[in-house]
Amino acid sequence: MDRHTKDKLMKGILWASAILTIAVLLIIIGFIVVKGSPAISWEFLTTKPLRSGRLGGIYPAIIGTIYLAGMAVIVATPIGVGGALFLTEFTREGKITKAIRFGADTLNGIPSIIFGLFGFSFLVFYLGLGISILSGGLTLAFMILPTIFRASEEAIRAVPIWDKEGSYALGASKLQTIWKVVMPQSVSGIVTGIILGLGRAAGETAPIIFTAAILNPVLPKSIMQPTMALPAHLYTLTSEGISMENAFGTALVLIVMVLIFNFAVSIIRKKKSIRR
Amino acid sequence: MVRMEIKDVNLWYGSFHALKDINMDIYKNKVTAFIGPSGCGKSTLIRCLNRMNDLIDGVKTTGEILLDGKNIYDKDVDVVKLRKDVGMVFQKPNPFPISIYDNITYGPKLHGVKDKGKLKEIVESNLKGAALWNEVKDILDQNAMSISGGQQQRVCIARCLAIEPEVILFDEPCSALDPISTGKIEDLIIKLKKDYTIVIVTHNMQQAARISDYTGYFYLGNLMEFNKTKKIFTNPDNPQTENYITGKFG
Repeated sequence: MDRHTKDKLMKGILWASAILTIAVLLIIIGFIVVKGSPAISWEFLTTKPLRSGRLGGIYPAIIGTIYLAGMAVIVATPIGVGGALFLTEFTREGKITKAIRFGADTLNGIPSIIFGLFGFSFLVFYLGLGISILSGGLTLAFMILPTIFRASEEAIRAVPIWDKEGSYALGASKLQTIWKVVMPQSVSGIVTGIILGLGRAAGETAPIIFTAAILNPVLPKSIMQPTMALPAHLYTLTSEGISMENAFGTALVLIVMVLIFNFAVSIIRKKKSIRR
Repeated sequence: MVRMEIKDVNLWYGSFHALKDINMDIYKNKVTAFIGPSGCGKSTLIRCLNRMNDLIDGVKTTGEILLDGKNIYDKDVDVVKLRKDVGMVFQKPNPFPISIYDNITYGPKLHGVKDKGKLKEIVESNLKGAALWNEVKDILDQNAMSISGGQQQRVCIARCLAIEPEVILFDEPCSALDPISTGKIEDLIIKLKKDYTIVIVTHNMQQAARISDYTGYFYLGNLMEFNKTKKIFTNPDNPQTENYITGKFG
């Protein structure tokens, strides 16, 4: 084989890999859309499930997922952004920063079922928070903390030193510089991290099945109560063989929610890239 | 009249001795130029004058720098106040990625100016001061990153003027600019010295000769020679200075 043919062959293989990657995504989404759309109706989105979900809708699960993911983000955002600010602006690069970063990466690598187990034994029982939105939200918060932390760190670190120096040279304090120069420039990166975390929190099953999710189709009245949630509902519908049609309908709703988050991220990224 | 006095200043980056026993005076309403090859310490010294080096880890400074008789490295000195008195314009034009208007009001707002009418006045007078008003008066709400490099640098100068400094430090302000923009900045610096004391670091010897009244030649962290610019460029005392200026070295 001459060099030219080799090049062509290589290019073909790489091209096929790229196509396959997008194909996997399209096949999964297409499959879910085809199988799930018959279940979708206004009623499906706005009413409670009946007979364990064989009939009726998934409204409490949608609401529950919004509560859980929202709580996770509300808890994880200040910690993640605060930690990232500390690492980038308030301390010098050294053993401690390396340890913190390594810790965040390790946290990111822990399987979600282990977060679930931890939430179950520590939050639900040891702290006595019970099976509740609070327990599930906190468990999800631990899980998405590294996502928000790392995205924020990257975004804050990308703020050019000369912008910060410009601010200091005009007599700004550190806090003023962070507030008026660093945050406005890194906010889109931080929001990207938050939305990615939101998507992950909405979609994960393992952290919530022991800590927050129930099958009983009631709307929670406070964060101390348990709730239905889309991924857990989907799990039950499928594993108990209750209704495959409604399982796919639930999956479609969940995937649309996550895709909306991802679209939001790409729009924010595009906005950011034309700014400079 | 002497505005700033640099007395026995030494500076280390970690174990690297970057400035060695620097002594010089910065005269009021004059332009003082620092020249010398890369790494000679001229930028390091100018960054001592408003304590920008405080921001860098592992920097140790000894000696005294007096501003109107007061050591700016004294413990009780308010760095914020110092940087308001000693403004700085950087090598790379670094306007904030916000509107031209907001760039100019950034400093005054930090220092407590809130009145809208007053801020408007500040914007106009300082953009005029930086010889930029006529070019941008209709696009004040545009992002400052959208104008040319030379205009950006004049935004930075106007932004610096807006905090009403006494001394302005220019750290190679033209090295990223084309010759026409450079000419405009040089004219501006000459005009500004009526009201301000100016220190400029430059790689460009012709620039130092054109605009400065005093010149210091630095080499490997030493101030080799400091004198009136005319003297330095026509009849330097130190043969090394002559070699650098005539381009035999550097």
